[in-house]
Amino acid sequence: MDPAALAEFREAVRDFASRVVAPHAVAIDENNSFPSDVNLWKEMGDMGLHGVTVPDEYGGLDMGYEAHVVAMEELSRASASVALSYGAHSNLCINQIVRNGNPDQKALLVPPLVSGDHVGALAMSEPNAGSDVVSMKCRADATNVRGEAGYVINGNKMWITNGPTAQTLVVYAKTDVENNRITAFLIDKDMEGFRTAQKLDKLGMRGSDTCELVFEDCFVPADRVLGEVHGGVYVLMSGLDLERLVLSGGPIGIMQACLDVTLPYVRERKQFGKPIGEMQLVQAKLADMFMKTNSARAYSASIAKQFDTMKQAGGDLVAMGRKLRKDCAASILFSSEHATQCALDAVQLLGGNGYVNEYPTGRLLRDAKLYEIGAGTQEIRRILIGRELVRD
Amino acid sequence: MRILCAVKRVVDYAAKIRVNAAQTNVDTSSVKMSMNPFCEIALEEALRLKEAGIATEVVAVTVGPDAAKDTLRTAMAMGADHAVHVVHESAGAGAGALPPLAVARVLSAVVDHAGPFGMVLAGKQAIDGDNNQTGQMLAALRGWPQATFASSVSVTDGGTHAVVTREVDAGLETVKVPLPAVVTTDLRLNEPRYAKLPMILKARKREIETLSAETLNVKDHVDRDQGKLHVRKVSEPPARAGGVKTKDMDEFINMLREKGVL
Ligand SMILES: Cc1cc2nc3c(=O)[nH]c(=O)nc-3n(C[C@H](O)[C@H](O)[C@H](O)COP(=O)(O)OP(=O)(O)OC[C@H]3O[C@@H](n4cnc5c(N)ncnc54)[C@H](O)[C@@H]3O)c2cc1C
Repeated sequence: MDPAALAEFREAVRDFASRVVAPHAVAIDENNSFPSDVNLWKEMGDMGLHGVTVPDEYGGLDMGYEAHVVAMEELSRASASVALSYGAHSNLCINQIVRNGNPDQKALLVPPLVSGDHVGALAMSEPNAGSDVVSMKCRADATNVRGEAGYVINGNKMWITNGPTAQTLVVYAKTDVENNRITAFLIDKDMEGFRTAQKLDKLGMRGSDTCELVFEDCFVPADRVLGEVHGGVYVLMSGLDLERLVLSGGPIGIMQACLDVTLPYVRERKQFGKPIGEMQLVQAKLADMFMKTNSARAYSASIAKQFDTMKQAGGDLVAMGRKLRKDCAASILFSSEHATQCALDAVQLLGGNGYVNEYPTGRLLRDAKLYEIGAGTQEIRRILIGRELVRD
Repeated sequence: MRILCAVKRVVDYAAKIRVNAAQTNVDTSSVKMSMNPFCEIALEEALRLKEAGIATEVVAVTVGPDAAKDTLRTAMAMGADHAVHVVHESAGAGAGALPPLAVARVLSAVVDHAGPFGMVLAGKQAIDGDNNQTGQMLAALRGWPQATFASSVSVTDGGTHAVVTREVDAGLETVKVPLPAVVTTDLRLNEPRYAKLPMILKARKREIETLSAETLNVKDHVDRDQGKLHVRKVSEPPARAGGVKTKDMDEFINMLREKGVL
């Protein structure tokens, strides 16, 4: 993307995030919910943020992944939990539908998601299938109800971001248990036999609603299959590459937020007669935080740029994802590991205040930790990267 | 009715500024630049008049160097229909800047060139030079009425007049002016909208009409006006001297008496 246009985009998102999102960040964390006096989903939709990778015809900006990573970063800088929900909505759900849906599905489902009238989610994990997600138990059996072909879904999904509020959910279920074949479905929250269980009480990312999904003989019409029947693993894995890349912007934004809090503090706070920012041990931490933030940003941008260039040339995004799979995993492995470290450093540099909830450092630390677990754990990312490297 | 809205690119209101080494201006080399907040308010008012069906077209104009195009893009992203850039090397504030009279001269030429306009809306001042003169001078040059420091604007009498509430030292003053007129905006007139991403992207592709003092046939005048104002020195305001603590209320009252305040 043209660097000037990208800079302008970043500026506009930053401005929006600091004006519309950041003022709510503390309360969102405290109350474990989005504010009720303003609809942040609609605000983000009006701004155009939900459709960064969505074609014009469905109301999107059609800008690409480099811009989406930037949007994720700037929103996370204001509120990591709002941004996590935003990422699940705009990438996990919307982008999966845009990439895999047929024209009818897209025309029906995407515009209200892009405007923020509907919230989206994606569900693959289950209580007993997290890292080993393909071992999922949730099943969809082909059936015929009063002449209408479809599937009956039974099973549970766990830790689903936006589960409590989502209207449209991309859900994976086994359509061929014997051969371990999976299909992706487009679930509407009003479908009979579908419900959500209690919202989860989390360490961090509070306000980004997470819950369990329950399917009890939920009938889903055949036209709600996303992609090919039995083609779900392909949809899931190719989606995960892009999910990791886009979500890598989350930890980058948290690292930037750590700097945003820490730098003014160390300039002001005096000990031994001078600002603590003038102590070399403090400066060493600052330098490391700066280096981690910027290298993570540069790494994710370089991968995203490759996707965008490929897409512009009319290339195959999935083949590209295959080629860049280890990079996508490494981008979030790198940024999330360093984000937790940066948040720890931010707590440390603020000393006693860093440990007190009046300062945002504790929240940044709790939020950062999620990215070492969600979208595949650090261990799984390392396994994946290692495997690819040895295979190459 | 068509509205011309003057917008200026200035140092962002939230930016930390420093005087440059030569003491001729604030250092603008690495600070964020934005549309002057009063100009944003003027543009917002123009857009609202258009949305209310009173104005038919909103034209944004700026005078300044190449980078001032950013401000016009912002104006178009907010909703301006058309943008006119009068390119001039010197703009902003400090030594060498175009003085208000020169800018008013250029704006008047733009009114001739791109008119007719029923109203020129502008900020009451730009936050860099804080001159608060351009709108008034433009009105004088054109022989139009002026309504400055507007806190409310309504177009009345079938579009022939504007009723403007002005914020003046004594409170509020309401004036009625026949159109065309120059209206300058105060802070409380409205809350400007923010540009949305789809509009920002579209604005990047839109055309900006480029003019200059030469093409507007006002170069001699502008040069002469520019020579009339010399900025001798720009310096930081003196640091605030620390206060004193008084022991108790009596000492405080005595001190006020000594200073002749009481
Ligand atoms: C806030 C939040 C939001 C989430 N949002 C979503 C969502 O929107 N959609 C969705 O589908 N899922 C979501 N998840 C689920 C998430 O993807 C899973 O939690 C994650 O994949 C890990 O699975 P698990 O919790 O079952 O852990 P487990 O798989 O049980 O792992 C436990 C530990 O064992 C390690 N481990 C497991 N296997 C190996 C191995 N082979 N070698 C070495 N170590 C191993 C793991 O790395 C981890 O440290 C979310 C989770 C959270 C916490």
